[in-house]
Parts: sequence; structure tokens; C-alpha cells
Amino acid sequence: MIFVTVGHQMPFDRLIRVVDAWAEREGRADLFAQIGDGAYWPSCFQAVPFLTPRQFQQRMERCSAVVAHAGTGTIIAALQLGKPILVLPRRADLAETRNDHQFATARHFAGSGMLLVGYNETELAARLADVETFQPPSLLSDAASPRLTQRIGAFIAAA
Amino acid sequence: MKRRRKKILAIASGGGHWIELLRLQPAFSGSDVAYVTVQRDYAADVPGHRFHVIHDATRWSKASMLMMAGQLLLVMLRERPDVVVTTGAAPGYFAIRFGRWLGAKTVWVDSIANVEELSLSGRMAGKYADLWLTQWEHLSGTDHLEYAGAVL
Repeated sequence: MIFVTVGHQMPFDRLIRVVDAWAEREGRADLFAQIGDGAYWPSCFQAVPFLTPRQFQQRMERCSAVVAHAGTGTIIAALQLGKPILVLPRRADLAETRNDHQFATARHFAGSGMLLVGYNETELAARLADVETFQPPSLLSDAASPRLTQRIGAFIAAA
Repeated sequence: MKRRRKKILAIASGGGHWIELLRLQPAFSGSDVAYVTVQRDYAADVPGHRFHVIHDATRWSKASMLMMAGQLLLVMLRERPDVVVTTGAAPGYFAIRFGRWLGAKTVWVDSIANVEELSLSGRMAGKYADLWLTQWEHLSGTDHLEYAGAVL
């Protein structure tokens, strides 16, 4: 199963449309989407507006790959489980988010080979075929870098 | 002087902000931590800790912002933290302001999502954050903005 998710803040119909069209072309129904308050409902696979954190985690654990917006929460959740993830950054000019920070996030994660990016709908559609075989480099640990937690820990101890 | 466990108020809004906050947990070991966020479901992520939910004001409407700030102030008056730690966004900014009023030390960790510039709330919080962190080395160095690694 490919898990498609747009996060909890805003809908992202542009992503769902591309994935739905791909699923139709490929004859795939083994996808599941969390679409937020989106107006577009996929025709080829099941979707829900929101998932509880537990449901989200279960979908993540069971999926073969993740297709998502370029939100850090989603990216980190996928990398912690070693799941391949393909992202489409949200665009501010389409009111999909407040600014274009997801482009920078996607570029930096992709730059270190941690995920796949489609910067637009055409690229996303082209990469969908590769996402299930993409290998993220290594499993992300479940905590921040020791340097960061030690810095904050030392600050707390001195407070 | 008798030593007691430090009281920490760890606060974040939903999604990535909350996930990033959870990854800082080793920094809180040995402290007494209360978590504040905007979704009741997140309680399952921090079993055994005090957990408070405030109104989700991410849509930046004035009324919902006021409601969130009011609820947060009540929580903070009850908790009286020694240290406030936040990964943003708007609730974290207010927590840092209120924390300062109440005599707490304050830590802002700007989200790793902000690669090219600090978030708006992060820039606003800088003046009031005793420890002001970015997760991108190239953004550090101006004012007291510091880089000390990332949540990855």
C-alpha cells in the first residue's frame, strides 16, 4: 500500500489529483490517502480527511511507500521507519501554505539523498513509479542529534 | 540550597512542530515536564506527563489567537515553569513572552523546515529567547542566534 498524506493544516488537492490520475493509469487501487479538508476525492482509492496519530502511525508502518507534502513532521515520521518518501512542496501562490518554505525543505532533504521530490505535477507523476523501490540511506534515530539535546539539557541544568 | 527537579513547559503547535519537540525529549531527562499543544490526540505521545491542550490558532485570526493566548496564560500560571522550551510556532512565541513575565528561562528551537530564513514567529521570539536556536548553521551568527545541531 502507498500511503498518501497531506498533513493536518491545510488540504492539498493538487497532490491528490496527480496521484489519482497515476493510479487510474496504472490500474492501482492499493493506495490510501489522508486528504484534510480537500474538495477533491480520489476515484481510484480510499481516502479520509484526518487520522488520529495512532492511525497515522499504523498507516506509516504498514505502507510500502509514502507520497506527501514536504512537511517535516511527515518526512521525519517516514524516515524513522525507513520508508521511501516522495514529496510535492506546497506553493504559497496557490494558497497551499503561507510561504514557499517546503521547497527549501525538500531541496535539502533530497540533497542528502533522503527522499524523492517532484517539484511540480509533471515531475511528481514521473517519480511515482520509482518511489516504492527508492532506498533511503539509513534509518533515522528516534531522537534529535546528541549535540542539540546536550546543549538544551545544559541550558536547563544551569537555569 | 535544596535542589529540586526543574519544571519544564515544552510547547509546540501541531504537525512537524510537535514531532520536532518530541525528538528533544532526551534534553528533558531528570526534569519535570508538562507538555502543551493544540491536539488532544497527541497525549498518547507523552504518557506519564502532564498534558494541556490549547486552542489551535494556526489560521492567524485575531480572535482565535486571543483565545489561544488566554488559555496558555492560565496553563502557565498553574504550571509556573522554570524553563520554557518550544519548537514553534505561534503558541511557542506566546509561551516565550509569558515565560519571561513569569521569570522562566526560555528556549526557542526554530523548525528545521526554515532552511533559508528564520520563521516569522522565530524572528519575533528572538528578543525574548534566552537560548535562540536555528537548525541550520548558515543562519546562525547574527545577534545571539545559535546553531547546535538539528532534530535529525
